[in-house]
Amino acid sequence: MAKPVQQLDRVVIRFAGDSGDGMQLAGDQFTSETAVFGNDLSTLPNFPAEIRAPAGTLPGVSSFQLHFADHEITTPGDAPDVLVAMNPAALKANLPDLPVGRDIIVNTDEFGARNLAKVGYATNPLDGDSLDSWRVHKVPLTSMTIEALAGTGLGKKDAARARNMFALGLLSWMYHRPTDGTLRFLEKKFAKLPQVAAANIAAFRAGWNYGETTESFAVSYEVKPAPMRPGVYRNISGNLALSYGLIAASRQSGLPLFLGAYPITPASDILHELSKHKGFGVRTFQAEDEIAGIGAALGAAFGGALAVTTTSGPGIALKSETIGLAVSLELPLVICDIQRGGPSTGLPTKTEQTDLLQVMFGRNGEAPVPIVAPQSPGDCFDAAIEAARIALTYRTPVFLLSDGYLANGSEPWSIPDLDGLPELAPDFAVATDRPFLPYERDPATLARPWAIPGTAGLEHRIGGLEKADETGEISYDPANHDLMVRLRQSKVDRIAQSIPPLLVDDPSGAAGVLVLGWGSTHGVIDAACHRVRRRGVPVAQVHLRHLNPFPSDLGDLLHRYDRVVLPELNLGQLALLLRACYLVDVVSINQVNGMPFRAADLEEALWHVLQGAGT
Amino acid sequence: MSIDLGSPALSGVPKTDVAQRPKDFKTDQEVRWCPGCGDYVILAAVQGFLPELGLRRENIVFVSGIGCSSRFPYYLDTYGMHSIHGRAPAIATGIATAREDLSVWVVTGDGDALSIGGNHLIHALRRNVNLTILLFNNRIYGLTKGQYSPTSEAGKVTKSTPMGSVDHPFNPVSLALGAEATFVARTIDSDRKHLTAVLAAAAAHRGTSLVEIYQNCPIFNDGAFDAIKDRDTKADAIIPLELGEPIRFGAPAEDGGGSRGLALDAQTGGVRVVDVAEVGVEALLVHDATRDDPTTAFAISRLTDAGYLRQSPIGIFRQVDRPTYDDQARAQLSTARTAAPGEQADRLGALIGGGDTWTVV
Repeated sequence: MAKPVQQLDRVVIRFAGDSGDGMQLAGDQFTSETAVFGNDLSTLPNFPAEIRAPAGTLPGVSSFQLHFADHEITTPGDAPDVLVAMNPAALKANLPDLPVGRDIIVNTDEFGARNLAKVGYATNPLDGDSLDSWRVHKVPLTSMTIEALAGTGLGKKDAARARNMFALGLLSWMYHRPTDGTLRFLEKKFAKLPQVAAANIAAFRAGWNYGETTESFAVSYEVKPAPMRPGVYRNISGNLALSYGLIAASRQSGLPLFLGAYPITPASDILHELSKHKGFGVRTFQAEDEIAGIGAALGAAFGGALAVTTTSGPGIALKSETIGLAVSLELPLVICDIQRGGPSTGLPTKTEQTDLLQVMFGRNGEAPVPIVAPQSPGDCFDAAIEAARIALTYRTPVFLLSDGYLANGSEPWSIPDLDGLPELAPDFAVATDRPFLPYERDPATLARPWAIPGTAGLEHRIGGLEKADETGEISYDPANHDLMVRLRQSKVDRIAQSIPPLLVDDPSGAAGVLVLGWGSTHGVIDAACHRVRRRGVPVAQVHLRHLNPFPSDLGDLLHRYDRVVLPELNLGQLALLLRACYLVDVVSINQVNGMPFRAADLEEALWHVLQGAGT
Repeated sequence: MSIDLGSPALSGVPKTDVAQRPKDFKTDQEVRWCPGCGDYVILAAVQGFLPELGLRRENIVFVSGIGCSSRFPYYLDTYGMHSIHGRAPAIATGIATAREDLSVWVVTGDGDALSIGGNHLIHALRRNVNLTILLFNNRIYGLTKGQYSPTSEAGKVTKSTPMGSVDHPFNPVSLALGAEATFVARTIDSDRKHLTAVLAAAAAHRGTSLVEIYQNCPIFNDGAFDAIKDRDTKADAIIPLELGEPIRFGAPAEDGGGSRGLALDAQTGGVRVVDVAEVGVEALLVHDATRDDPTTAFAISRLTDAGYLRQSPIGIFRQVDRPTYDDQARAQLSTARTAAPGEQADRLGALIGGGDTWTVV
């Protein structure tokens, strides 16, 4: 008898297990199935910095949360509807996030005395009544996987490693996910190990069949595809979109892409991705340290490449001196800061927006650098092109300020039409019959000429010492230094003229409160504003992509509202800048726990402010 | 007139048909080193030597760090960058990797290259990027006015070490050989002929060439190299390294060669100074910089005094072929491009539109 199917409008699933349990892989694959099925989705991978923390311990728990729906969603979901717990540590670490009444699928095989003791369970929680508030599905995942692979010739230990695929198969059945993609993926991933490929596929199928036949799962669920704007879509993570954006910028400018980088979490995937694309003329240089990474990039920029360096906060600290040199040399350079928890080594795999003031001010002297921040994983593509546009047009280093949540999170992405991308012209200087002046400025942009080696007649020397206006010769003249400092600042300020007007979302047009954000918080702020509006209170929302310079219309906009509320994953860094620049009494909502805001928390915080504002 | 160096290092760099003179490489900038500084001599030697390369001036790039020597690019009418302290090898690596058609030079000093920039130096050397690095070693910090440097002798009394420095110095040649540099040489600012010959060999070498140039600082470390410059003592102080020749130095023996020489020491695996009359010319070590094994070159480099300089081998220690970083990086690029034919625009569309996709109508 066919099992009943229940319709849902949205579901949040969290896969949780040991670092070695393959939870990220299972989550990624479930995401791909869900994307192809046509749901809107948003993901939140969450893993420890250690590659393999001691097995079965709380610090070793790795999880992957996926939110999918039949309507537009903008966050990975506050709380799971279903928790897949592969061992006691995963259960213990994630149970506090699970609202009562929700489902737990638990791998009973791992609940032996040793594993229980490792996380401080005196008794087996599966035996008592402590989990009575939830719907617990006890599944011997490991032993059923081993049993399903009995004929494959794999030993028990190897067979057991496919248990993540068993879990994925079961979840795929529960939510009617298309399975072809996963089967193809496994065949390709293990193409050189056919036995392993067969085992994973068998485990995946066994999990699916188990759902179909067991009485433990009485119902399956269906989440219909979400209506989306017409187009061809794929699922994409922020670091992948950022990498593609850089390659696209290389194509749009006709300049070869040069990446100088040193491995660092969570930016390394950009280095990995770009190193695959030498066929596009992409040169990747894995340097001996962060300083050499940006040094080589700056050298390549001098040579006429589209130069990029990628890092996270600690790397920016090391690169600061070279960024100052790039400001002084006025050469194009894209500096990607994929922010993570700080200070110091901090929380390498967690997300924060705590580098804003570092990239804004973290250099000696007056050294203004433009800042562009993407707002979603897919937006990293466009933000990378925008950073390249500013760098090339204004001959300046530019920060592209992403973060760990954008880097590893993913969403459906409408694949852009390449013909619609902006043209980026390098406009190299050419010799004329006039003497060449390396620091002569374009009257519109204040950019200096970019004269690359190999151009006869434009031989010149540049350096970090202060330069005379126009000639670029060393100058210690007080008036000249004052002029050069102001020119460099004015050049960055002028970028504002090329920034489109801000788009304010205020459906009722009656809002007295403006919620402003920047970077990766866009999705959750959007969700929280929708919820507040559904409670009957109008609220306006605007999101900043350009943090230096600010858009020209920002000041007027801020003064148009009674209250400006600014949620940030830091202690109020943008708020500090807005207060300084616009004398606006910004109300901050801050969280610095290494995780994105949850929509419910932000809704309540906004609600609290709105009540105080008398609306 | 240009000389054919048979120079693999410069094979990708465009040549000029126009005869060049040293003054073509002079800029209109006032040279601001102290009177008597060894840097003047080196600048004149480089300006005199560059025309011999016959390269187009616009395809030459000089990159420097920070320090007295690092002002060098301002005085050479090529492309140039006066960068930040210690980072010139990293910046030059980017230039050389991005542009095959450039002849890239690094000018650095003992503080710049061996203290703050030590990491970049050794990594440039191990990668074997196509660069020529001129390390001006005056064994002192000049621009910051006289602190001891990483090549100053132990016990040196300076402003920052009033009771004498307790740092053990680096031997730049030993360091470079330890980093498996493919071209390592040492020369002296005051010997223009030797300096020019070494520069020619370094420029011709494909890969990273490191040339240590002993350079006198008349203000803060005057006389540091007197022993090897003084007419009376230099025969005993300089151990000349000449390819294919027995290594001999000191007062002339009966055959006109030096009365002392170097021989392999079977007991230590190193080399030792011997009396030629005692052991015979046949027992002397014949210099072979092209030997792939750097052991003997390293052993020779250890004959440099770590304290006040009274003895030092001068010449090319090592000159071997090894694929360069930038050539191999370019080869990978070219392989990848050949493997991915078709219009780049189409391939980019295929890339970003790849993976599992779905269409919403």
